Amino acid sequence: MDWLTILTTTVHAAIGWEAVVYGLAAIGVNIHFGYTGLLNFGQAAFMAVAGYGLAVMITVFNAPFWVGIAVGLAGAVLLALVLGAPTLRLRADYLAIVTIAAAEIIRLIFRSVYFKDIFGGSDGRRGFNADFYAMNPYPPGHYGIGPFGFNERTMWLLTVGWSVVLLSCLVVYLLMKSPWGRVLKAIREDEDAVRSLGKNVFAYKMQSLVLGGVIGCFGGFFYGLYNGSVQPDVFGTEMTFFAYTIVILGGAARVFGPVVGAMIFWVLFVFIGNLLAELVANGYIPFMTSIQVGPIRYALVGLGFILLLVYRPQGIFGDKREIAIDAR
Amino acid sequence: MTYKGAPLRRAVIAFTAFLGGLIFLLASPAGAAADGEGLRGTLRLQGQPVNGVKIVVTTEDGQPVKEVTTDAKGQWEVPVPKAGKYKVTLDVKTLPPNAQIRGGNPVRTPTVYEGNVSTVLFALEPKAAAGQQPADSSDGGQFWRRAAQLTFEGFNLGLIIALAALGLSLIYGTTGLTNFAHGELVTLGAVVAWFFNTGIFGLAGMPLIPAAILAVIVCGAFGYLQDRLFWGKLRKRGTGVIAMMIISIGVAILLRNLIQFFFGPQTESFTEYNAQAGITVGPITAAPKNFWAMGIELAVLIIVGLALLKTRTGKAARAVADNPALAASSGINVDRVIRIIWTVGGAIAALAGVMLGLSQFLKFTMGQDILLLVFAGVTLGGLGTAFGALVGSLVVGVFIQVSTLWVPPELKSVGALAVLIIVLLFRPQGILGRRERIG
Repeated sequence: MDWLTILTTTVHAAIGWEAVVYGLAAIGVNIHFGYTGLLNFGQAAFMAVAGYGLAVMITVFNAPFWVGIAVGLAGAVLLALVLGAPTLRLRADYLAIVTIAAAEIIRLIFRSVYFKDIFGGSDGRRGFNADFYAMNPYPPGHYGIGPFGFNERTMWLLTVGWSVVLLSCLVVYLLMKSPWGRVLKAIREDEDAVRSLGKNVFAYKMQSLVLGGVIGCFGGFFYGLYNGSVQPDVFGTEMTFFAYTIVILGGAARVFGPVVGAMIFWVLFVFIGNLLAELVANGYIPFMTSIQVGPIRYALVGLGFILLLVYRPQGIFGDKREIAIDAR
Repeated sequence: MTYKGAPLRRAVIAFTAFLGGLIFLLASPAGAAADGEGLRGTLRLQGQPVNGVKIVVTTEDGQPVKEVTTDAKGQWEVPVPKAGKYKVTLDVKTLPPNAQIRGGNPVRTPTVYEGNVSTVLFALEPKAAAGQQPADSSDGGQFWRRAAQLTFEGFNLGLIIALAALGLSLIYGTTGLTNFAHGELVTLGAVVAWFFNTGIFGLAGMPLIPAAILAVIVCGAFGYLQDRLFWGKLRKRGTGVIAMMIISIGVAILLRNLIQFFFGPQTESFTEYNAQAGITVGPITAAPKNFWAMGIELAVLIIVGLALLKTRTGKAARAVADNPALAASSGINVDRVIRIIWTVGGAIAALAGVMLGLSQFLKFTMGQDILLLVFAGVTLGGLGTAFGALVGSLVVGVFIQVSTLWVPPELKSVGALAVLIIVLLFRPQGILGRRERIG
């Protein structure tokens, strides 16, 4: 049993790139679902549009890095407008189906052979993060204590990533304290009451969708920048559901809920996965093969998600009265 | 909301125990996946495996690695020494005379990643017979022949979708649950039938037809138990429909990955009815199994439809779907009706899975992949209506297949999903739904 590897990978997972990517996705979902009560099941699409916007601009059109970022952001805003304009008037379950279908449409288009010249088919796009790492101020080396730590490239990504996470949390905190944020929460509680007070519910929902989508899309950027590639199948429905699991684990409608949720989620996910893999490799679990470790830990995510929603829908920090899942 | 902890906790423990039981039921050596890197693929022509085709694998700079021919399932696999780029050439001369590669290029250059087996795609299409023009829309006769063939295939797909959609729609109608885990019932049916078909516990494999019947029974029982031990308890507890919908996503992830645990990530087919010579009826060519499958699907749908119209339970089910409170106050045992619907829904979803596995192939994501099409069918017909789901599914199936006349086949689902969105926008109650269900 290689306990050291298990320990280091677990500690790294708490502050690693996965926590950044999924933390950002979850902050976006928290704005949609936690504060506004919108069941957007297409969060992965926002991340895909951003990741592909960056990747395609740089690899296909040879555009500068910042143009790629701008196109990715514009893509996310555009997606929110296109997705929201017709669907935000629908009931919650219809909205869920429509957003999930829209996310699948985008994934299928990205992976199609028909558009392979632009999006690269199922292999996706790679080789677009050189400009990002060219800005790295850290000299080469190992940063950390003992076996814990990262190389200079990961350090740079994590520095920028966590800065964006904290900035997003600050934005969410300030906005939700403002009158604007109170209207969002009121929409979650009773849409008709808000409408009767003369507020334009549709406009508020749209603003919420755009804001959450834009914050989520940074997750798409960081995914692409860390892995140096984007593939269509990464941005499947599972990514969205992980983000939901994280929001509910941390506590919906809480500023730091998604961040803490993402850290705990990835610590558990990596720890259980590595522990099982080690146990299997050393023959402690004779009825399992190492290939079966993957499905088991995903199955555990599903089980955990069910148990959370049944027994503690408010998660770790949430307030039971503020959960939108019993509404309507 | 108050906590009624103890009974619910028992319920969840029972549900978990049940899933554990399922684990042992299904426990069998998982498919021996090859260690290390490799390349593999499956050749199919109109859903039928193509065997005896020579595939040559070389490294990027032309060093030969291995030559293989596809087996009876149309599959081939070549282990490669290390990760990297490889060149895979399909020997066009060994293809059946009626087949050609779509796009015409017989060479693929896949990249194999460390520890992964890459799948190489060669899409085959029927070749126009000698002397005829290749099919294109300018040639009227060919176009209509193809349209007729695709319409037939569309009905085939639509009937499968309808089987799954009927259960989904009835469950929605009676309980308000938008069940995202319904696709996994479809997969489960196919996989259970496959395990019976190929043999488990050292049990010899049985022919597909009894295996399919057993799978339908097992999945009907699973549907019953799922409601008895899980959803029913949640309903009693007063869990909202939105909460249940989100919970169903967790159930979907759990079931899908448990299925993958036992079944493995690869694609499989049943041991029988794989390579059947097509028979031609008018403009349509299809394997006999497709006609049989459609006949069975139609028969089941008609039986369920008649049961809904004529039997006491069926009438009760429609009454509950209309108005649960009113139904309960007029003496209908709502819980019993819902349980029957879960049982029947699970059973016919399993049948849909078997039929889907028969006409395509089996994979642990097959139900997930068809779920959105099922939603499209259900919404198009009207969420909560039984006959609407039928009509909607047929429309979706035909639309998907016929649309490949104009759009690339890989994007055919995009059209169906776009239709789903458009329907929700302009007529959210669907074709047969009532106005009050509007979103």
